Amino acid sequence: MRLPGGERMSALLLVLAGLALVGAGLARGEAGAVLVKAVRICLECIGIG
Amino acid sequence: MVEIRSRLRRLVVTRRASQLAAALLANGYLPGFLKGTIYQGPVKHFCVPFLNCYSCPGALAACPVGSFQAILAAPGHAVSLYVTGLLTVTGAVWGRAVCGWLCPFGLVQELLARRRAAGARFPRALLSLKYGVLVLTVTLPAIWLGAGGVGAPYFCKYLCPAGTLEAGLLLGLRDPALRPLLGTLFAWKVALLAAFLVLMTVIFRPFCRTLCPLGAFYGLFNGLSLWRLHLDARRCNRCGACRRICPLQIRVDEEPNHRECTRCLECTRVCPTGALRFGLTGGREAGGARPVHGMRAGKD
Repeated sequence: MRLPGGERMSALLLVLAGLALVGAGLARGEAGAVLVKAVRICLECIGIG
Repeated sequence: MVEIRSRLRRLVVTRRASQLAAALLANGYLPGFLKGTIYQGPVKHFCVPFLNCYSCPGALAACPVGSFQAILAAPGHAVSLYVTGLLTVTGAVWGRAVCGWLCPFGLVQELLARRRAAGARFPRALLSLKYGVLVLTVTLPAIWLGAGGVGAPYFCKYLCPAGTLEAGLLLGLRDPALRPLLGTLFAWKVALLAAFLVLMTVIFRPFCRTLCPLGAFYGLFNGLSLWRLHLDARRCNRCGACRRICPLQIRVDEEPNHRECTRCLECTRVCPTGALRFGLTGGREAGGARPVHGMRAGKD
């Protein structure tokens, strides 16, 4: 029933890769960029843009 | 049989509670609904892991699809590592469980589904559409550029029915400054939303299966994620109970981690031999099932 070690390791590597991307994104100030977009009304989302 | 029904009922109640809690937490900004405005505080640094329009009056956090596209469309056309990383971590841990347990638009689709929707036949060719949508979502904002070399979040603009429901109807129609601007594009989006709302009653989760780029992305992780479905072939007696209960018509006993699976886990509850479980490798089971008393592989 257990996943072979290789599969388990690949899943963990994916998690680590994702965390590395998050860290790199944060270092580039992307959370701030997300905030800037998200606090403005998205006209395209409404169907105006 | 009674035990299986009881297990199933508990699972459905738990999952519904999880979906409702996620919808309320993600859209818990009450002043937005009362005043017809949007939340502009610091929580919007963070993206929720599911489709939830950040222009919904109640939205407390950002939508990952909207954020990714908005950053890609802006001058510089950067691929957002932050959003990609958040979605990769989520997918690598749970796969598509987010669709089944957290997504508010998934909840809307399930609440509207009539009983027969789960068994309705669905053209398999349409399942591939969402991968095309995913590719266009992550490329078009940097390719199809308007004035000043700026793109647009094209998925949000032309396709996203969650945005129409949450932002278009709850904010656009209500705001006197926005209302006069609503035109052909808004009409198209409302028509698309209406079509999906009708389809939802007869087909289980039609949007997730055909157009959702996030579902397409998470689906790629279903066979790789840390938590996934495990099938014990020695216990499976090929009774077909898992196939019959699956609202997405997946052959669970052949491919338990199919890309379409949103991990509602109902198959794990109806399996009479306990051959299916949802769990972490080497960890405790998150959704396993004990065999029903007297039922073992090979028995009727």
